Amino acid sequence: MAIGFSAADAERLIPRLRRYALALTGTREAADDLTQDTLERAWRKRALWQPGSDLRAWLFTVMHNVYVNGVRTARPVESLDDERFSADHDRSWTQPDAVEAQLALSDVKAAFGRLSDDHREVLLLVGVEQLSYVEAAAVLEVPIGTVMSRLARGREQLRRLLSSEATAAVPPALRRVK
Amino acid sequence: MNEDKLHAYVDGHASSAERLEIEAELAHDPEAAARVADYKRQNEALRALLDPMLDEPHSLGIASRSRSRWQRWGGLAATLALGFVGGYLARGDLLGGPRLEPIARQAMLAHAAYVPEVRHPVEVGATEEQHLLAWLSKRLSTPLRAPALDAAGYHLLGGRLLPATQASDPAPMALLMYENARGQRLSLLIKRESTNTETAFRYADDRGTCVFYWIDGPLGYALAGDMDRNELQKVARLVYRQLNP
Repeated sequence: MAIGFSAADAERLIPRLRRYALALTGTREAADDLTQDTLERAWRKRALWQPGSDLRAWLFTVMHNVYVNGVRTARPVESLDDERFSADHDRSWTQPDAVEAQLALSDVKAAFGRLSDDHREVLLLVGVEQLSYVEAAAVLEVPIGTVMSRLARGREQLRRLLSSEATAAVPPALRRVK
Repeated sequence: MNEDKLHAYVDGHASSAERLEIEAELAHDPEAAARVADYKRQNEALRALLDPMLDEPHSLGIASRSRSRWQRWGGLAATLALGFVGGYLARGDLLGGPRLEPIARQAMLAHAAYVPEVRHPVEVGATEEQHLLAWLSKRLSTPLRAPALDAAGYHLLGGRLLPATQASDPAPMALLMYENARGQRLSLLIKRESTNTETAFRYADDRGTCVFYWIDGPLGYALAGDMDRNELQKVARLVYRQLNP
């Protein structure tokens, strides 16, 4: 077949794409828009995909480019905290002993939203999507050294935010400063 | 301690020899050990936050709007055909026309017919909810539940039985109607399906009425309302969650 992958191949990966898009954009609406744009662009450009390579990583590359070129500039800063990962209060907390974990996760959610896009992308690709550093570098189209330094700085910043958040609440106005 | 090695250890990319080496170092370096523990927890927390998204129904797809008109729940023939004409589909200009999935069309027609009714929007009112559901369950030969949509501001008005419209599929259907404080109404059509599958959310709209429809096991659902897509999608998600607690 001349076409590298089928529509069904790509659509099977939609949940993974939406998860990544939600963490990047912060709201379901924006995540669905980003995912849909990514799918359509990937389908138009499917001849560029190298058969045999990891389709998921390639779709993340497409999503990264769509995000960097469009959504990132259009995204209102206010969306950072609002509906971010609202999945958590929808479903995840059914176990009664999860109350303590819930508090900790909401802190992580807030702190993660304050990281820069560059740091968030690396933390997601490596920590959530479990890509190798080489794959993450390919997705973001940066050298592997950049992935490693963003990973180190992002993790350290998140760690600092979480330790300070435990002691003092940061006024909302300060949160917009990156 | 080498910073890159430490991250490779956290992310499970270290070889077993490296792991032993790093663990030996960490035993003598409490500061690095604390960082490793924190970084691992960060990964776990992010996954815990985001993983529920993987199981959520959605209405996305390649050229999803063109497809929903003709691809019946992703059948094999349709999938093959999709690969064949995919290039045209992506341009969205080959398969235009107002054909809708039967369940989506039914929901729109019933919504249009009964929502404007002031005095008789339903056959059996919500005050007799138990009786209503027992009756509809009996007629559809499968237990039905009415999702509680209070979280979205809607309460159950009641429901009715709808006749089948296709000779090939003669089972009657159930229609539940909901209303919010502003008098806006939603219609939820429930239909027995012969296939026992699950589909993603599908979407259609026509002249101001939007419909989300999906199959969940033995039942097909279509939620119709006169509101924008995003707003209706939120209610559709709520319906889905209520029916899959």
